[in-house]
Amino acid sequence: MRQNTQLAVVGGRDAPESGAPKRDADAGQSMRNEISTIFEEVLGRPVVIEDDTDIVEDLGMDSLGVMNFVMAIEDFYDISIPLDRIAQIRTVADLIHTVDDLRKGSAA
Amino acid sequence: MSILAKHGAYKQAYDVLRASGVDPLNVRFDAVLSPTEGVIGGRKMILLGTNNYLGLTFDPECVERAVEATRGQGTGTTGSRVANGTYGGHKELEGAIAKFYGRKHAMVFSTGYQANLGVLSTLVGRGDHLMLDADSHASIYDGSRLGYAEVIRFRHNNPDDLYKRLRRLEGVPGDRLIVVEGIYSMLGDTAPLREIAQVKRETGAYLLVDEAHSLGVLGETGRGLAEAAGVEADVDFIVGTFSKSLGSVGGFCVSDSDDFDIMRIISRPYMFTASLPPGVMASTLGALEQLQAQPHLRHDLMRNACRLYDGLRSMGFETGPEPNPIVAVAMPDQETAVMFWKMLIEGGVYLNLALPPATPSNVRLLRSSVSAAHTTAQIDTALDVFAETGRSLGFLTSGRRRAAGAL
Repeated sequence: MRQNTQLAVVGGRDAPESGAPKRDADAGQSMRNEISTIFEEVLGRPVVIEDDTDIVEDLGMDSLGVMNFVMAIEDFYDISIPLDRIAQIRTVADLIHTVDDLRKGSAA
Repeated sequence: MSILAKHGAYKQAYDVLRASGVDPLNVRFDAVLSPTEGVIGGRKMILLGTNNYLGLTFDPECVERAVEATRGQGTGTTGSRVANGTYGGHKELEGAIAKFYGRKHAMVFSTGYQANLGVLSTLVGRGDHLMLDADSHASIYDGSRLGYAEVIRFRHNNPDDLYKRLRRLEGVPGDRLIVVEGIYSMLGDTAPLREIAQVKRETGAYLLVDEAHSLGVLGETGRGLAEAAGVEADVDFIVGTFSKSLGSVGGFCVSDSDDFDIMRIISRPYMFTASLPPGVMASTLGALEQLQAQPHLRHDLMRNACRLYDGLRSMGFETGPEPNPIVAVAMPDQETAVMFWKMLIEGGVYLNLALPPATPSNVRLLRSSVSAAHTTAQIDTALDVFAETGRSLGFLTSGRRRAAGAL
């Protein structure tokens, strides 16, 4: 029933996952670009996002859209975002911070 | 401005729904006549949305046992088992459920909702990881918030996605508990339990299956999907309800886990609720005995389910992915869904109108649940009303109705 986005590498168990690049000085901008692409895939239309873009209010996402979007983000960065962390995300900056945090956590 | 003004968006959506002249969330029955018949607005209905899978709510022996227990022990326990003690019925019911599942332990709760709250909040806590199917029932989501474990959703019925998420947790401390349902309550689809059990074995997680809609429905002896899939040994905990196939109210958990009984002094939804009344337990015990003594009920149920499912599909309706006693028909939009539902009631068929956010993928569903007690004639009448309604709303392009009768 659920629609998966094409960005995701949802292969079998041994399939290589995540095309996420290494973090660098432009990491913030780079991640914003990646997230913007994922938004566009999920919403099926172009979006302009800034750090303070409100994901639900400004992009007009419903709960299903948010869930599909979160799952696409999770696939792309090879992370799982726990539900309580999702609940705390309002803006694009919050999302970047959470993804960054979880990726650091998994690299440690 | 009331304190409830924060729910304005829901109120608005509800007002729009009611403005169409119906209130599907607040249907009033004038009378319920049998497991399959009731009266709404003075009109006799075929009940096709009650989860009364085995049709035991009016079983004379179950009714008699409830009456007898109520006469002998009173209408209620007036408190929890921790405070007001355990009655004979609680122990007897727990013994019978444990025996039925071939498990060492069983615990009963006052509702199925509370069974999930009580079990999930006790099995995992801070530092543990709860892996939920994204389409899980509200009671599973609510239970997950009560115990402070980290909650991770995996794609519905997708063992590969589950595996991937468990692999990401490699090296992270804490227990992992996978939660799936035997039959999902909206679309009637079953979990791919063999594959999920394999993921569980490979990753060292625990597995809990909620058999609320599959107890008495699936499996050689009616124990549910775990039995049907042949993976009972891999399922660490089974949760279920008495309010569907057993025709009463209450929930349970069975397991072979050591220290199971510690839940009785940890699980708050168990400790701080009045326990089941004697009459309810007596009829539940009776129904559990009928479930085992009358395997034909399960066969009648599946025969009826397949007749409805195949009939609707042959007319061109879009249903869930597999024939089960929950038969859901997808509607293109809310307006059509509401109109269709209303016309079914006018035609004498009651079922559930299921709208987002209660449905997966935001679909609008006409959700029926079939009973062993339905007659073939009732199923055919329901199909005829579906066909007429579908035609008058411009749904059905060809009249292939007869194909259903051939099954």
